[in-house]
Amino acid sequence: MPRYTKKDRRIWKHPILEFKRGAPVKFYFEDKEMEGFEGETIAIALYANGIDVFSWTEEGRARGAFCMIGKCSSCFMIVDGIPNVRTCRETVKPGIRVYRQRGLPTVPEITSKSETHATQKEVETDVLVIGGGPGGLAAALKAAEYGLKVLLVEDHYKLGGQLVKQTHKFFGSKDLFGGQRGFQIAEIFEKKIRENPNITVLTETLAYGIFRDLLVGLASRKDDTIYKVKAQNIVMATGAHENYLAFPGNDLPGVMGAGGAQTIMNEYGLLPGENILTIGAGNVGLIVSYQLLQAGANVKAIVEIMPQIGGWFVHAAKIRRYGVPILTRHTIKEVWGNGKVEGATIVKVDEKWTPIPGTERDIECDLVLVAVGLTPDTMLLAQAGVKMAWVPELGGLVPLRTKYNETTVPGVFIVGDASGIEEATTAIVEGWIAGLTTVTRVKGEIKAAVEEREKYVKYLEEYRKSPLLSRTREGLKKVLIESPHTSER
Amino acid sequence: MSSEIPSFRVNGIITLEDLKKYGLLPPEERLKRGPVAIAECPEKIPCNICVDACPSGAISMESIIELPVIDWEKCTGCSLCVSLCPGLAIFVVDLSPPDKALVTVPHEFIPVPQRGDEVILLSREGKRLGKGKVVRVYERNKTYAVTVEVPKEYAMEVRAIWVEKEEKNQ
Repeated sequence: MPRYTKKDRRIWKHPILEFKRGAPVKFYFEDKEMEGFEGETIAIALYANGIDVFSWTEEGRARGAFCMIGKCSSCFMIVDGIPNVRTCRETVKPGIRVYRQRGLPTVPEITSKSETHATQKEVETDVLVIGGGPGGLAAALKAAEYGLKVLLVEDHYKLGGQLVKQTHKFFGSKDLFGGQRGFQIAEIFEKKIRENPNITVLTETLAYGIFRDLLVGLASRKDDTIYKVKAQNIVMATGAHENYLAFPGNDLPGVMGAGGAQTIMNEYGLLPGENILTIGAGNVGLIVSYQLLQAGANVKAIVEIMPQIGGWFVHAAKIRRYGVPILTRHTIKEVWGNGKVEGATIVKVDEKWTPIPGTERDIECDLVLVAVGLTPDTMLLAQAGVKMAWVPELGGLVPLRTKYNETTVPGVFIVGDASGIEEATTAIVEGWIAGLTTVTRVKGEIKAAVEEREKYVKYLEEYRKSPLLSRTREGLKKVLIESPHTSER
Repeated sequence: MSSEIPSFRVNGIITLEDLKKYGLLPPEERLKRGPVAIAECPEKIPCNICVDACPSGAISMESIIELPVIDWEKCTGCSLCVSLCPGLAIFVVDLSPPDKALVTVPHEFIPVPQRGDEVILLSREGKRLGKGKVVRVYERNKTYAVTVEVPKEYAMEVRAIWVEKEEKNQ
C-alpha cells in the first residue's frame, strides 16, 4: 500500500483527521538549522526531519522515541542549556538550540533569572484535579457544574489526555459519547471546561509531589511558578504508561510503544514508519495497526503470544479485511538493524509459551510496535499515603477505593487508567462519580448530585457486565472498600 | 481449553456457521427479497449505537451488553447503521437483482470512491475477489458506506473495498 507523505514524514492527507499546522519555526539542532511548525513539540519536529536517534547511553547505544506522552525518558535533550527536557512535551520555539544527550548530562551553571527565581504562589481550592485526560476532565466539569471551585492541572500544553489521538469511534451508548471519535469527545470536553468560570486550568504544569497535610506542589513551565495547593478534594487522573517487553534489540530506535506511534501519527500527523510489525493483539495493538493503514503505512503482521486475540473481535476483523495477518501463539524473538530497526524475527510458541525452534520467520520492517499492556501511574497516590494493592488484572499497583472512587485517604480520589487499566468511557463515568462525590463532601448530600451519582454507578456496573470484561471485574473486587475510613473489602 | 475458543477469536474471521449460531444471519429468503443488514457482532460489547441509529426501529438489544437483534422484516436495508456502527461490523446485503448482488461496506480510507468507479473487492481475510462497480456512496462522521456490485457467489464474502491509488498522487 502506498504512503501519502511527500518529502518528509508529515501526513498531508488523512481520511479522518485534518492537521492544522502553525507557521514554520526555525530552530537549531546540534548547530544545524531545522524547521518545524508552531504547535509541534521539539521531538516531533526532529522526527519529521528524519531524526530517529533521540539520545545515547553512556556506552553509546542509541535511543529512539518510545512513549511520546511525557512518561518515559527516551526523548530527554538539552534545550537552551537545560538538560533532561522532555522534548515530547516542549513546543518548538524560534531560535532554540537543541542537543542530544549521551549518558547522564551535567547540571548546568545557573545563567538566567528564570531558572533561579520561580514565583511562588499559594492556592486554595475545593477540588484539585491532576490530569487533563477523560477522567480528569469529567471530574472537573461535574464538580464545577455544582458550583465548586476547581483547579485542573495538566502536564501537556493541551487538554484531552490520550483522547486527542483516538480516531476510532467509541463504543457505549449515545448519551455517553458512544459513536463519537475520541478526539471529538476531547473537543466537547475542552470547550465546556474553558467556558466554565469555576474551573482554572493550568497546562504545562507538573504535579511534582504531595506533602504533609496533603499539600500538593505544582511546577508550571508556562509561567515559571511554583504553586502550593491546599485542596479539600484531590482527584488523581494521572493515567498510565506503556509496558515494555524484553527481547534482543528492544532498544533500537524504531521499537516504539504503540501508543507512542499513535501520538506521532494522529496527534501530530507524521507517519511513524512505513512497514510495521505490531506485538500484541489487544485493543491497542489492533486499533493502532488499523490507524496505521489509514495513515498510509503497511502493517506486515500482528503477533500475539496468547492462543487468541486479546481485543474485541470487531477490531481484529477491521484489520484482517485489508489483509493484515494476526499470528496468535507467536512472539518476537529479536529485532535487528544497523543503528535502527531494519527487521524482526518472530517465532511460534508452544502451549507453555516456549519458542519452537525452526519456526522462526524474518519480517523486514522499520517500526516495531510494542502493544503489551499499560501500567497505572500511581506514584503521587503512594506519596499521599493511600493504601495500594498489587492487582495484575488492573495492570499493577492500584489504590483501594470505594465505589465512588475515593481512596483510603478521605478526599483523595482516583479515576481512569490510574485506578486500573480500562478505557476512556469508563474513565469519564468514574470522573463524574468522583466529581459528584466531591460535591457531596463540600456541600452535603445534595439530592440531585446523589441521584446523578447513583445513575452513573449503575451504568458502570451494567457496562462492566460483559463476559469479555470478566478480568476487570475480578480485579475490581480486590480493591473495592466500603468506606475511605476502612480498608476492609 | 483451546478447543473452546471460537475460531473468530483466533484468526479475526467469522464464519457463516458462527453468524448463524449467534442468530446474526438473515434467512436466505429475506436476502432474496431485498437489502437487509447483517451485524457481524458476535461479542457482548457494551455498545448500543446501532439501536439508536436505525430509523426503522429494527434493531433492539435487551441491555447494552447483549448482541444486537435485527428484525429482518422491519429492516429496510437503508445502510445508515453501516456508517454509524463504531465497530464497523454491520453490512447490508441485497440478493434481489437477478444477475448480481449488492453489498454495502464501511470505508474509512482515502481515496473515497465515487459512484461508477470500479473498486477492488476484499474478503474478510483481505483476499482480492475481483472488482466491482460502486453504485452508492454516503458518509456519516467520516465513515463512508459504499455499495458495490458483487458476483452473486461472493455476496456473503465481500466485506471491504479497496481503491487503488493513482501514481500521480504520490
